[in-house]
Amino acid sequence: MVHWSAEEKQLIASVWAKVNVEECGAEALARLLIVYPWTQRFFDNFGNLSSPTAIIGNPKVRAHGKKVLTSFGEAIKNLDNLKVTYSKLSELHCDKLHVDPENFRLLGDILVIVLAAHFTKDFTPACQATWQKLVGLVAHALAHKYH
Amino acid sequence: MVLNPNDKSNVKAVFGKLGGQAEELGAEALERMFTTYPQTKTYFPHFDLGKGSAQVKGHGKKVAAALVEAANHIDDIAGALSKLSDLHAQKLRVDPVNFKLLGQCFLVTVATHHPAVLTPEVHASLDKFLCAVGTVLTAKYR
Repeated sequence: MVHWSAEEKQLIASVWAKVNVEECGAEALARLLIVYPWTQRFFDNFGNLSSPTAIIGNPKVRAHGKKVLTSFGEAIKNLDNLKVTYSKLSELHCDKLHVDPENFRLLGDILVIVLAAHFTKDFTPACQATWQKLVGLVAHALAHKYH
Repeated sequence: MVLNPNDKSNVKAVFGKLGGQAEELGAEALERMFTTYPQTKTYFPHFDLGKGSAQVKGHGKKVAAALVEAANHIDDIAGALSKLSDLHAQKLRVDPVNFKLLGQCFLVTVATHHPAVLTPEVHASLDKFLCAVGTVLTAKYR
């Protein structure tokens, strides 16, 4: 049973309130594909991923990034129930999408960097720690149903 | 993984922009690492790890200096960090997983101070560079 302190919940809520889910999601996914190019293996049908510029401008990347981060929003509404919240998505990523859970950790780290760049000095060490905890737990929940 | 000419020039440009601030950023990266990944504190039982610790500042300066040195000798990071590599293998023996953690915190620190510098391409190059440094420092472990 994960424990969230009042401070952690506050740090999550206050950051999330100011996040543009579409922009942030698009940027996080684009950076994942740019910084760790082997992650492109899951997106053969996305069209042009041949350069950072192509990736950033790719409408499928933007749309999928938005989808992924919107799902993150669900996690934030259900902080005490992440495994249940992500149960179906976990099965999907294992059985249909065949995604190595390491990729969830990579995306989580990238998301933290995107938030850091957006919030600059407001992204304090305590804030980073809380968000790394969150992305780690989301990654864990997404991996939970793997077999 | 190999640093291509673009990576090298991106990394040199970043450290050029950081200039003298690198030391302060080194300390902040350590502070972030200790806060975010408390298990990393186990390597510093002899340190005061409280906020504003002079020891953490001093150590951050050392870490930053090593990164700057590696960036300045980016064609031969192994050569530039050879003594540090020996030190980590023989004496410090920091588990290799921790270099990734510090790398993440260094990237976050740069992002918070210089978001415009950390374009996706520069982010990729800097991440590669930090990986390369970690690899060199653990190369002689066994």
